[in-house]
Amino acid sequence: MSNKMHVNLNVNGEDHEFLAEPRELLIYALREKLNITGPHVGCETSHCGACTVTMNGKSVKSCTVFVAQANGAHVTTIEGLGNPDALHVLQENFKEHHGLQCGYCTPGMITRAAKLLEENPNPTEADVRFGIAGNICRCTGYQNIVKSILSAASEMNAAKEAAQ
Amino acid sequence: MIPAAFEYYRPKDMDKVLSILEEHGDDARVMAGGHSLIPMMKLRMADVPHLIDLQDVGGMSEIEIGADTIKIGALVTQSDIIDHAALADVAPILREAALQIADPQVRYMGTLGGNIANGDPGNDMPGLMQCLDASFTVVGQNGERVIPAREFYEAAYVTAREDGEVLTAVTIPRPKGGYAYEKQKRKIGDYATAAASVQIVNDDGKCVSAAIAMTNLSDTPVFSKTAGDALVGTSVDDAALKAAVAAMLGDIDPTEDNRGPVAFKNHVAGVILRRAIARAWSRA
Ligand SMILES: Cc1cc2nc3c(=O)[nH]c(=O)nc-3n(C[C@H](O)[C@H](O)[C@H](O)COP(=O)(O)OP(=O)(O)OC[C@H]3O[C@@H](n4cnc5c(N)ncnc54)[C@H](O)[C@@H]3O)c2cc1C
Ligand code: FES
Ligand code: FES
Repeated sequence: MSNKMHVNLNVNGEDHEFLAEPRELLIYALREKLNITGPHVGCETSHCGACTVTMNGKSVKSCTVFVAQANGAHVTTIEGLGNPDALHVLQENFKEHHGLQCGYCTPGMITRAAKLLEENPNPTEADVRFGIAGNICRCTGYQNIVKSILSAASEMNAAKEAAQ
Repeated sequence: MIPAAFEYYRPKDMDKVLSILEEHGDDARVMAGGHSLIPMMKLRMADVPHLIDLQDVGGMSEIEIGADTIKIGALVTQSDIIDHAALADVAPILREAALQIADPQVRYMGTLGGNIANGDPGNDMPGLMQCLDASFTVVGQNGERVIPAREFYEAAYVTAREDGEVLTAVTIPRPKGGYAYEKQKRKIGDYATAAASVQIVNDDGKCVSAAIAMTNLSDTPVFSKTAGDALVGTSVDDAALKAAVAAMLGDIDPTEDNRGPVAFKNHVAGVILRRAIARAWSRA
């Protein structure tokens, strides 16, 4: 019953193969098997979104995906968006606009925001608030998160225009 | 947080799904988006020794808009519904309701079929489907059958679907007139304290048909025929609204929980239904 299966995952562009029980949740496979510890666990009822990653082009809560389900998937985590030497525009703006304090919700928040801006490059404040409603933050009161995302959106749009 | 171990299957066709269901009976369960099932398994409130993942089974992810009916595959997600412009054109109430379900991440995964099959009175789609007079196609060892949404829900988590049957599609007559899905909730992602689906037709200032269903106010969704009937033939004035609300209150049976006591739920149900009717009528 607890037979392990071979799991293939492409995470942040890199292929991984490992053995896992089907019941293992994607968040634990990422954190404990692959040592990708940006995505966090903040609840057990699928509400907080601290575990948010992008899986096959969708924002998902990786605490609510069995690793068996994710077998063969492409996953992007916060580590795949940028790094301390080359921050993603969103990361830069969260820093600039104080969009984080303890930092525990931040990986999920930014990963979700990246997908949101991909789908809607010109969001209103209301769009941003609704678009991150699956991500809870205990520290910031959201205001600066919204500012960070809106500012990242305009920077990304300006960069796009400049490139054209 | 840690679900019990299970045997995992990811079949590519329905025959295989049905044979696994047949072989393991009660011990096997299908999974669609997993966003009701996995949380229950994590809390060990659902025990599923054999888990059948439907994601690779084809033919259940389409939205087909016909001249008279709309057919939606069981694996169509809430975000698919929201993003489908043609669907929003012919049945805008679906998008309005889907946007009030859960949150973005859950909507990418959660399916229409899972929302309907789940049997949790908190789910929003079941009442909406009753309002729209949808019907559900299920397939089992003995072939296909079609069950009207208004006859599908028997009690909390008990539906007319047999354990060995899989819901494959939902068929909805193209809705007519004005619409509204109005939901009172404590916060994003919460199940309704009370919610109302209304679809209403206005002919020259007179209501000629009205369908009303309520969510999370009983152990099943509640299709209130009497509430709809109370509006027909009226100009949806205050007296008609009062009559519809009174009729609806006779059909629901809320229970006390942390969303509030029964008297409060009855009150909120009335407020929500009034708002829903008013908005639907303004669009009719
Ligand atoms: C944080 C959070 C907030 C939520 N808020 C809401 C909300 O406000 N409103 C709301 O309506 N829902 C809400 N949900 C539930 C969410 O919409 C679920 O995804 C949905 O109820 C079930 O769909 P699913 O595809 O995930 O089904 P699953 O979880 O995979 O399955 C649910 C049940 O249905 C059965 N099932 C699934 N598909 C089929 C099928 N095709 N045939 C037969 N049986 C099937 C499964 O065996 C299981 O018993 C919320 C969920 C979460 C985690
Ligand atoms: S850990 Fe809270 S939603 Fe995943
Ligand atoms: S920064 Fe602490 S939870 Fe968001």
